[in-house]
Amino acid sequence: MDTKITLIVNGNKRTVVTDPARSLLDVLREEFHLTGTKYGCGEGQCGACTVLMDGKKILSCITPVARADKKKITTIEGFAEGDSLHPVQQAFLDEGAIQCGYCTSGMILAAAALLKNNPKPTDKQITEWMNGNICRCNGYTKILNAVRRAAAQIAEVKIP
Amino acid sequence: MIKNTYTKELLEPHCTDSVDAPDSGIQLTRRAFVQMLGSGLLITVTQGVSFGQRGLSGGRLSVAARLHLNQDGTITVMTGKVEEGQGPRAELSQAAAEELRVSVDRIRLIMADTALVPDDGITAGSRTTPINVPAVRRGAATARELLTKLAAEQWKVDAGALDVRNGIITHKTTRKTITYADLAKSKDVAEVFKQTIPSDVVVTPVSQWKSLGTSVPRPNSRDIVTAKHRYPSDFIRPNMLYGKILRPVSYGATLESIDLSKAEAMKDVIVVRDGQFVGCAAPSSFLAAQALEAIAKTASWKTISHPSSKEIFSHLKKNARTDGRSRPRTSGSVEKALADANKVLSETYEVAYVQHTPMEPRAATAEWKDGKLTVWTGVDGPQRVQGDLARTFGLSTERVRVIVPDMGGGFGGKHTGEAAEEAARLAKVIKRPVAVHWTRAEEFTWAYFRPAAVIECKGGLDDKGSLIAWDFTNINAGGAAIDTPYNIANKKILSAGSDSPLRQGAYRCLAATANNFARESFMDELAAAAGADPLAFRLDHLENQRIRTVLEAAAKHFDWPNRRKKVTSELGVGLACGTEKNSVVAACVEVAIDRKRGEIKVNQVCEAFECGPIINPANLLSQVQGCITMGLGPALREEMQFKDGKILNAGFSEYKVPRFKDVPEIEVLLINKTDIPSAGGGETPIIAIAPAIANAVFAATGIRVRSMPMQNALFRQL
Repeated sequence: MDTKITLIVNGNKRTVVTDPARSLLDVLREEFHLTGTKYGCGEGQCGACTVLMDGKKILSCITPVARADKKKITTIEGFAEGDSLHPVQQAFLDEGAIQCGYCTSGMILAAAALLKNNPKPTDKQITEWMNGNICRCNGYTKILNAVRRAAAQIAEVKIP
Repeated sequence: MIKNTYTKELLEPHCTDSVDAPDSGIQLTRRAFVQMLGSGLLITVTQGVSFGQRGLSGGRLSVAARLHLNQDGTITVMTGKVEEGQGPRAELSQAAAEELRVSVDRIRLIMADTALVPDDGITAGSRTTPINVPAVRRGAATARELLTKLAAEQWKVDAGALDVRNGIITHKTTRKTITYADLAKSKDVAEVFKQTIPSDVVVTPVSQWKSLGTSVPRPNSRDIVTAKHRYPSDFIRPNMLYGKILRPVSYGATLESIDLSKAEAMKDVIVVRDGQFVGCAAPSSFLAAQALEAIAKTASWKTISHPSSKEIFSHLKKNARTDGRSRPRTSGSVEKALADANKVLSETYEVAYVQHTPMEPRAATAEWKDGKLTVWTGVDGPQRVQGDLARTFGLSTERVRVIVPDMGGGFGGKHTGEAAEEAARLAKVIKRPVAVHWTRAEEFTWAYFRPAAVIECKGGLDDKGSLIAWDFTNINAGGAAIDTPYNIANKKILSAGSDSPLRQGAYRCLAATANNFARESFMDELAAAAGADPLAFRLDHLENQRIRTVLEAAAKHFDWPNRRKKVTSELGVGLACGTEKNSVVAACVEVAIDRKRGEIKVNQVCEAFECGPIINPANLLSQVQGCITMGLGPALREEMQFKDGKILNAGFSEYKVPRFKDVPEIEVLLINKTDIPSAGGGETPIIAIAPAIANAVFAATGIRVRSMPMQNALFRQL
């Protein structure tokens, strides 16, 4: 039975009438055309679909959209402010921590969620936190550098 | 269905991929081309010029088919190459900028759109750097020469008196100037750019490089971090539906009957059946999947028997075509040398099937309009898939346009355009655009695999401990890097085909990993049998100076002699080296054996790599780091498990690829050798990892693991 679901996506109120069991990922991509959030595995194993729900990282591919009803969702499209990149985005650029880039939005959101709660993580904490995000180009070394750089440069990471 | 017809083509990318594709010959009108490239652009080709020209044979390609001068001072460069994360967008932009004498930000690179770009061949085999970078350089250098000549004619001076910098042509004595942007307004440019690019045009020597040799970031990386870039799976067309395809219940199964009524009764769902092809399309992928699931339950299949992964190596060996159908390469007499040898070793190595698992599974959006087909998809060979689609639908190639937006990884796994064909079939019947996005399980099951291998090695040592006989047979995986670089008088080397139960194809460096795993492990075994240090034993048999250089560099940086002295039963060191695709690599690793957790933990990798003059150091570093970490997967854990024609581990929860926690301390030594041409660097750095780990495991445990992946194989023996 289709249900009306209301989400606050990147600060905008969006409404969709859909099957409540449909994944948040599908709704973001197919209904709102926010394709920056990626499908990678469909089983919550790779982190490509990472978004923030009320500021916390979640895996949108295994989150039924009903669970996001009336919640604040932040996707990669809501990260930059106009022409000004979010500091975590900038750190990925500065480190050249991009190969194919398909995992990048999930990586950036996961890293931002980490730094918001723990602005000065140890390497072990970064590795532990980011371990759910797969990069098949295996660009982990530079991604780690990007998270370290963001942590070193930013006193307080804000989630838009 | 398993398309076995692909097998040969996919297995030998070195041969078949370099075969020139037929001219696609798309005829674009001047107006259409202006619309495609946007405003502010002077068209430097006239009506009727074929854009889909062959780019590989530089002599046949016109300057106009390679690049366009724009009135805003930028230059549009066109290539059939595909960006999947390994850096061609940056390096081809650098190539054009270098020869045009402009900064890289003035280059607008159009990639992989069959309506606009020349056929530069499939993106595979590390060929962009040695083949396409020079092709783009020749095109750009020719353009610069023609433009200089035009200026000289206009000013009635000698072209030798002119200098080009930053897109400005200056007469050295009068200081008169004219810019590329000025010339873009001239009709003469259109005329001279019709000329073909000569193969002998002089390009800038390495010592004078300004753009090449620098760490230019990927030009569209800002669009990646903001997600403005759209990947093949991100194309949404007006009125588009999402399609799901019915897959056979197992490999080789044929559909006998199916009841479509449940899906047909669902609101907004369209079902398409054409023989074995069954698909459902709906306004959401969720609904399409529900519809497909409903009818899949009613399907009845005729299945065939299929070997399991447990019996794969005996199956491959039993079916090996070693009976004279494949010819070995021989020198001296290996039989006699083995008979004369003081010590003979004979061992068999095994390598499991693995998969590329690029982050973006196969995806395509197809749209038909006026009998023409346009497909946005993620494939390595846009012109190849264009040809495949034209044949499938009985169209001439100019009625098919394939566009490959920068895509989410490939590693040799996207040479085929299945999703493109499926989307096009649905879209044709439904008469609406259709997107088909493979799930991870579909990618794991219905894409293709890196071949499994059985490798049989025999080696003979004389009484001084020198290697005098080498007999090496690879069954099934292929001949990449199968030759030994070591100096051995009597050799027999054979790559033998077999009957692969899984569809197999290219993978980052393909068989070179299997062949190096066996060869470099076996060299270690021979060194131990000779009572020699593994490094010294290799150097004693190695004349190739380039390999010696990387091997010595890695060993020195790693502090090999001292580290080897510190080996314990829990901590081992190992090394390996090799060459492939005209580049050389050596790696030293340290592993820790965690007996309690049953884990081989790679603590440290020190790898030296050389591929000629380095075109983009930062990107090359990314490639080497990526290869090292990617190589850990198949070395330690990755293997396809299958039974009764079904993949048993078709998901990241069961098929364990490397993650952050697996990343060792990585030290990379990039050696810039400037007196040879540049070779590609995105593949060969993977080949030394697995054998170096095997050798380190042996150093610690005394157990020789001859099977990839090694982790379970070791703990079965411990």
